[in-house]
Amino acid sequence: MKSAMSKRKLKDTCGASAECISQVQKILRERFCHRPSATGKLFGIEFQYSSCFSFPKMDQGSWLQFALKQGANPHPTAVPWHLLELLKRTTLHGESNSALIVGPRGSGKTTLLNHVLKDLREMKQVRGNLLEVHLNGLLQTSDKVALKEITRQLQLENVVGDKVFGSFAETLAFLLEALRKGDRTSSCPVLFVLDEFDLFVHHKNQTLLYNLFDISQSAQTPVTIIGLTCRQDILELLEKRVKSRFSHRQIYLMNSFDFKQYIKIFKEQLSLPAEFPDEPFAQKWNDNIQHLSEDKIVQDVLQNLFHHTKDLRSLYFLLMLAVSAVTVHHPLLTAADLQEASRQHSTDSKANIVHGLSVLEICLIIAMKHLNDVYDGEPFNFQMVYNEFQKFIQRKAHSMYNFEKPVVMKAFEHLLQLELVKPLERPSARAQREYLLMRLLLDNTQIMDALQVYPNCPTDVKQWAASSLSWL
Amino acid sequence: MNTRQQSKLIYSWYGKPMSSDRKLRTTQYKGIIITSESSRTETCIQLGDFILVEGVNADRPYVAQLLDLYEDGAQHKRAVVQWFCHIGEIPQNKRKLLKREISSQEVFFDQVLGYDTDIDAQTIIKSIMVIPLHPGEELPITLNKEQTFYVKQSWDGKCFKALSPDTFSKLKAKKKKGSTPDSSEPFIPSDILTPLKKETESVVQSATKPKNAESKHSVSKSSLAKERQSQRAVNDIKTPTARKKLELSSPTRSKGRLLGSEVLDLLDDDRDAIAPLESAATKRKVTFTSDILGSPPKIPCSNDKSKSVSDTAEPCQRFSDTIRLSPYPKAKDFSEKAKNLHVEDDIISLVGHQKPGTQSPVLTPRSRRTCAQRTSALIAQHISVLNQEDDLSSSDSSYSSSSEEEEEEEDVPCTPEKKTKSSRIFSTPKSSSKSSVHTPAKTPKKTPLPGTPKTPRNATPEIPRRSHAAQKPASVLEEARLRLHVSAVPESLPCREEEFQDIYNFVESKLIDGTGGCMYISGVPGTGKTATVHEVIRCLQQAAENDELPPFQLVEINGMKLTDPHQAYVQILELLTGQKVTATHAAVLLAKLFNTPGPKRKTTVLIVDELDLLWTRKQNVMYNLFDWPTQKHSKLIILAIANTMDLPERIMMNRVASRLGLTRMAFQPYTYKQLQHIISSRLKDVKAFEEDAIQLVSRKQYIPRAGGMTARVVIMHSDKMSGFSSVWHNVAALSGDARRCLDICRRATEICEFAEPKRSPEIVGMAHVTEAIDEMFSSPYINAIRNASLHEQIFLKAILAEFRRAGVEEATVQQVYHQHMALCRIEGMQRPTVSEMMAICSRLGASRLLLLEASNKYLHMRVRLNLSQDDVMYALREE
Repeated sequence: MKSAMSKRKLKDTCGASAECISQVQKILRERFCHRPSATGKLFGIEFQYSSCFSFPKMDQGSWLQFALKQGANPHPTAVPWHLLELLKRTTLHGESNSALIVGPRGSGKTTLLNHVLKDLREMKQVRGNLLEVHLNGLLQTSDKVALKEITRQLQLENVVGDKVFGSFAETLAFLLEALRKGDRTSSCPVLFVLDEFDLFVHHKNQTLLYNLFDISQSAQTPVTIIGLTCRQDILELLEKRVKSRFSHRQIYLMNSFDFKQYIKIFKEQLSLPAEFPDEPFAQKWNDNIQHLSEDKIVQDVLQNLFHHTKDLRSLYFLLMLAVSAVTVHHPLLTAADLQEASRQHSTDSKANIVHGLSVLEICLIIAMKHLNDVYDGEPFNFQMVYNEFQKFIQRKAHSMYNFEKPVVMKAFEHLLQLELVKPLERPSARAQREYLLMRLLLDNTQIMDALQVYPNCPTDVKQWAASSLSWL
Repeated sequence: MNTRQQSKLIYSWYGKPMSSDRKLRTTQYKGIIITSESSRTETCIQLGDFILVEGVNADRPYVAQLLDLYEDGAQHKRAVVQWFCHIGEIPQNKRKLLKREISSQEVFFDQVLGYDTDIDAQTIIKSIMVIPLHPGEELPITLNKEQTFYVKQSWDGKCFKALSPDTFSKLKAKKKKGSTPDSSEPFIPSDILTPLKKETESVVQSATKPKNAESKHSVSKSSLAKERQSQRAVNDIKTPTARKKLELSSPTRSKGRLLGSEVLDLLDDDRDAIAPLESAATKRKVTFTSDILGSPPKIPCSNDKSKSVSDTAEPCQRFSDTIRLSPYPKAKDFSEKAKNLHVEDDIISLVGHQKPGTQSPVLTPRSRRTCAQRTSALIAQHISVLNQEDDLSSSDSSYSSSSEEEEEEEDVPCTPEKKTKSSRIFSTPKSSSKSSVHTPAKTPKKTPLPGTPKTPRNATPEIPRRSHAAQKPASVLEEARLRLHVSAVPESLPCREEEFQDIYNFVESKLIDGTGGCMYISGVPGTGKTATVHEVIRCLQQAAENDELPPFQLVEINGMKLTDPHQAYVQILELLTGQKVTATHAAVLLAKLFNTPGPKRKTTVLIVDELDLLWTRKQNVMYNLFDWPTQKHSKLIILAIANTMDLPERIMMNRVASRLGLTRMAFQPYTYKQLQHIISSRLKDVKAFEEDAIQLVSRKQYIPRAGGMTARVVIMHSDKMSGFSSVWHNVAALSGDARRCLDICRRATEICEFAEPKRSPEIVGMAHVTEAIDEMFSSPYINAIRNASLHEQIFLKAILAEFRRAGVEEATVQQVYHQHMALCRIEGMQRPTVSEMMAICSRLGASRLLLLEASNKYLHMRVRLNLSQDDVMYALREE
């Protein structure tokens, strides 16, 4: 019915109904916001190994399954294969393993794991044969909390009845006992996923990690420990005996795709799916996206972003900003939209604040800039800034009104609140505010850039900013 | 009574010396007089009297029977006793075997081997009454509760048994003797026991019979005596003919019975040596299903005898928690009647043993027991003969006096695996249904001894069973992978024979001497310290089971598995006694336990893994730990394991280090030859690796790390070698770590499996191993830098430039930013804004290519590289 309605609307409007637009917004926003990647695709990781294994276009199911069906033989080090095999062996053979997935933020560590887990769960032999425990270093901030969470996720609390868990020591003993009881062939394998693995390393004595790795290296309940981290130096953080128990399987994820693939990702992310209700519109939209991807301006925008970061999340963020501009009256994305989004995306936050300052405050900042130049970045205090400002007022300024000192002080404190200046140490009650040492948190280039776009800036102020000697 | 009078007690001999032994310089006496100074009372205790002996716990003195009194060469008054134990002395998990309430007045005839029966006479407190009762009997109500104890069953450390008629009558006799005017406290209970009922009903041969007889004569050190005893046991097995002769000479036996009891006697003698028993052809298992235990007691009557025989055989397969009764003589040797009788008696004694409170002996039909009664007559006869026999034959003939049914009982605890299994089931009623469905496969890691860990509460957590059976390894590579897993327990530990022998000898000697001591074992991770120690303990346990060594109790703690050093006390105490108390209280209890003479205590072997984690500021945990073995009575052997060789010197205070002693052992890292040997021995007949490949793995592990960075610098200068770079500069940080070695091999099999999809000759070659090593030890930094975005790379370059400019390896973001902009200008790129710069900076910081200060300093945040400048240059130059 919906499609019928939109078709009817399609006839009287020029091809973009409100219905359509809201659909587009919904689909794309969901995609960019990066929910659990049930439907997401393994960009990046897939491209990472495209040289060893030609990945088919995936329409239904995941490419992993597809590849399995094809009986294809990828390169042994292909990351997803490695991980899938690892988990498969744990579940099927009861082999204990440990591995770390290391990669910069946004390189798809969690996505990869979720994908592999999803494929694993779909296998018939695996169903109901794997217990999963998900921990996050940001949530389980101590071993005590982590142990409680493990007990909860393994649903072992019911064994204890309603008894509230006792001490940390008891919980540990309890859990170790539980895991010791099992053996390779009869116990259900347990998968431990430790997100933000590096944070677990800072727990006291690394007790949790030692015990988990120790279990994985002894004939107890089969476990697989997968750690996710963005720290490249993670192995150096492990204590020597913990390290010895870790199997040294590390899976490195890098955003190793080049710009061509980046453009491809851009296209695929913006394209509407085939099952979009309004087919003509989807066709039109997709054509437009194809056109955009060949546009010089768009390519420049993307290139710039690509040079800054290969993190796909920032691309999604940029696209999100651009897609927000799509309305009923402006149904198709244009290069200008992307340019605007890119401008928003890359603006300097501090310089933005400067745009909203009063002239007096701008003058104070310029005074500070001069002080920085003269004293080579040494800290200053309000009195110095005020003196500098006075010099400017007395000798050069024509347009500026000579403000009272308390007024200048007020302006200065406003800057302090905006964190454009920062005191070296916490202000104490005894020290006089005028003599508190400060530092400017703006770079000269930022100040000059901000002045360029500052509306109605007096010329003498501009001149003063350009050169501290101009008043001579 | 509960507390010993504080006044001084004077011990003096009663009467003249009975006999003296020249060689051992001992003189034996028939009584001892205890004079209390304050109350001016004299108490005379004679041989055979029941006495209270000072125990670990002041308000729980031990109960014993005085067997011998003598003065040794050093003029010390010594006493030899037969122990009785309170319910409190029996491990928690075994108490359930009784299935009845135990009053505080009941004691058990103690047949646990290894308790020191030779005590200081001065520890005797006073004499008391011990009255033997039949299993079914209620405890008589007496006025004097504190001075009268009752004994119904015996306890041999593994299970409870009814008293043998022999013991029973002896205790009875002693009781009467005890009430002679000599005794200072002529106490006679208000209700004297009913005369012995049919003895055969409750009879169980006392297992320590030979020991009792022997200890009467033994005046030497008990450990020696035990050794001799065990030797004799071995001898007995070897020379059954001698005993046979002895039995044949007993006149009143019918032919058939004689034959049967003879076989059983042999088997009974084998009781201590399990192995021969297991292989004995005459063995037959009579099984009882557990549900019989739970259901109302099955009353065996003559017509279901044969049925019960056949019944019992088949549930054996289905139920793991069955109690096996063996040995059972082959039916061929007997007349049908005799056979039935045995079976029946089995059942009776078993039921009586399991449910002593509920099972009324009257239920069993009388008619069946004509034969058994005859046996009891025999027993009495034998006892009289026995007393005149010499040492050796007395022990033997005491066996011969047994009736068949007892031996079957004996064997329940004989096989240790069986015992632990059944005890687990008893303690975990929840899991019993599960485990009955599938036979609980023993974990390769032996869970040792009665004193093994158990959760004090009934909660026994368990990971659920898997729903699909684990797949068996299908290919050679999978098989190899299974064997190469670190957790796979090899049959032997190659390349650690010497260390094994040293540790074994150390513990063995201490065990035999009954003294304490410490040994410090050090070595880098993955050199097999813990594995070797476990192997030693396993062998010692084996030996102890075969009675070649005195039994001992194993306690194992791991510093890493404790949440706090003081938790060590809690864990040790819990493993030793099952008590659960706070750390401070546990420390007090343990100190008391180890510092006071505990004649009934077994030697404790304590393994302390990851010792360095027990370090506290005051080091009191370590101090206590190493102080206990130096105590005279502690009987504590500590094996302390840690990584650093000089741990005692480095972190311990002098007083702790001195107590640790100088018995040290360092596990050297494995040499590549040894690693090679380990891998080969694990793979054994599985041909999955090329020889060269194994050698490569071992070599790689062994080559000492030349410092990754230096190696890389070398490579930088000789660019041609870049192919080798990964292999070279990523040699394992831990040389000689067997775990690493095995992990590499395992990975190599995986790579091989992928590389060879068609089942062509699957053999792991050099290439696969090299790839695995590369993968495991490749430096992540270089790759990370190469895959970074352009601006991130420029940022790193800017940092290098700034470092070079300033000459300091630290810069603020502002400084780097200026450099960055300069570089951008050169390259003709759009310069980034400060916000973008900060983003780049924090991204690099998150993956720890950079070390950053707290970000609230914004432009003044200081930046440092987390890898050397050379590495960065190397990574960037390749581009």
